[in-house]
Amino acid sequence: MSTFWEPFEFAFFRNGLAAATLAGALCGLVGTYVVLRSMSFIGHGLSHAIFGGFVASSLLGVSYIVGAGLWGIGSALAIGSVTRRRPIGSDAAIGVITTASFAIGLVLADVFRGPRLSFDAALFGSVLGVSGRDVGAIALVSAAAAMVVGLRYRKLLFATFDPEVAAVSGVAVARLDALLMVVLATSILVTMQVVGATLLAATLVIPATVARMLTNTFSHMLWLATAIGAACGFVGMLASYHLDWKSGPTIVLVGTALFVVVLALGGQRGLRRVSDVGHIG
Amino acid sequence: MSDTVSPILCRFEGVSFGYGHHLVLEDIDLTVVRGAFVGVVGPSGSGKTSLLRLLTGTLQPTGGTLTRGENLRVAYVPQVETVNWNFPVTVEECLLMARVNGRRRPWRARHEQADIDAILARLGLGGLGRRHIRALSGGQQQRVFLARALMGQPDLLLMDEPTSGVDVRTRHEILHLLGALNAEGVTMVLTTHDLNGIAAHLPELVCLNRRILGRGTPAVVLTPAVLEATYGAAMDVLLHAGLPVVVDVAPSRLDGDGEAVRQFSGAPR
Repeated sequence: MSTFWEPFEFAFFRNGLAAATLAGALCGLVGTYVVLRSMSFIGHGLSHAIFGGFVASSLLGVSYIVGAGLWGIGSALAIGSVTRRRPIGSDAAIGVITTASFAIGLVLADVFRGPRLSFDAALFGSVLGVSGRDVGAIALVSAAAAMVVGLRYRKLLFATFDPEVAAVSGVAVARLDALLMVVLATSILVTMQVVGATLLAATLVIPATVARMLTNTFSHMLWLATAIGAACGFVGMLASYHLDWKSGPTIVLVGTALFVVVLALGGQRGLRRVSDVGHIG
Repeated sequence: MSDTVSPILCRFEGVSFGYGHHLVLEDIDLTVVRGAFVGVVGPSGSGKTSLLRLLTGTLQPTGGTLTRGENLRVAYVPQVETVNWNFPVTVEECLLMARVNGRRRPWRARHEQADIDAILARLGLGGLGRRHIRALSGGQQQRVFLARALMGQPDLLLMDEPTSGVDVRTRHEILHLLGALNAEGVTMVLTTHDLNGIAAHLPELVCLNRRILGRGTPAVVLTPAVLEATYGAAMDVLLHAGLPVVVDVAPSRLDGDGEAVRQFSGAPR
């Protein structure tokens, strides 16, 4: 038992655990909209896009939060804007914009290689290097995301389920979509340090997908995805310490294990719920 | 029901609409007055949905003048084929979407729950509020979206093919329900391919194929000439119990001049 509590004696672990749990909850909350809007690819793409901003801000010596944040929000809004212009689908828009941004980051890193640049944390996560300030940033963004979801709950639901009718009913769908993209970009920005750009999509998608397999009610899905995300972050961090595995991959593997268990228990019913999620038409 | 006694909700004056150089609607003159119950018929691609979208305000005319009533509250019932039935939403959650203006809290107020209960009961959906939308029959699913539209307390209710994809009995039930709602004061415009259904239930029809080719009561509008002009296909119209009944004319039943060889027991018009 003492071994189990051992890591809690270390401040770096407590910070990492708080960051992973909060980041999991935040990704679960935001991921619900991402999954239901069939934009699962966006988490993957935006985290890569933000990597470009991370490299650029490192080279320019400006704050990572400001530089990568502006870069990420700009990419998110560009994706949203291009997506609305048919016939370019959201997957194509994300593919073009985010991989271009990622490529810019890689080129900049290659050309201006220097001691200041350490991109491992951004690519693969480094939760054990999380400071109290980082935890505060995740908590702040989580609170802001929860406030946006709470205050715009019905409009977001309407615009996600049925954007055309929502617009007729007076919902400013384009503005709401842009707001959601900003929330998503800032969420990715602050959580990227926990799991890294390469694994972040999983933390957005897995909790929401598991929640969808468990319920047919939107409000329940939102709560469940948030709780599952938090639980995966918490358990994943503990497991990572005790198993001496990297924290980011361990968090993702805990979520994957939960997905497999729910899939096995729910059988075809659960699979059917997610097989066509987000499909319109 | 005339324009002089009923306030005008919407008026088209020489309205045109198109995508680029392709005109979808041309020279449309149409007035929707409070209490109207209008069915718009026409072949696929005739501009029915564009007409509805002009009424919703999501499309703007490329020519002419479209005047909508000030602060006009419009509700739109989409085709059920466009609904994402796998979306995790219950009947009650679906209805609450219509109450997006004003209240900011996610949970429902007591009066909103009372409204939900009343509308579900009125539409024969009592006790189904917590069901997932997919776990309903076709007719119930159609009524859920009608209920959502009514939750918004609209001045004008627009429906895109509300009877598509349902069986004959359900079609009859839906049209009967719409007639009852209209009698209670709900103004409605719907599009449909179901000529006989609306002939039996709606007081006013508009035949559309880019232009308005006929407008009036079913008895006035549903004639072989107007239908052929609208659909570009020969159709026969019989009278049954005082109502026009449109029947297709099979090519094999056309004589050399394209005239239908009538072999029906009803009286041809």
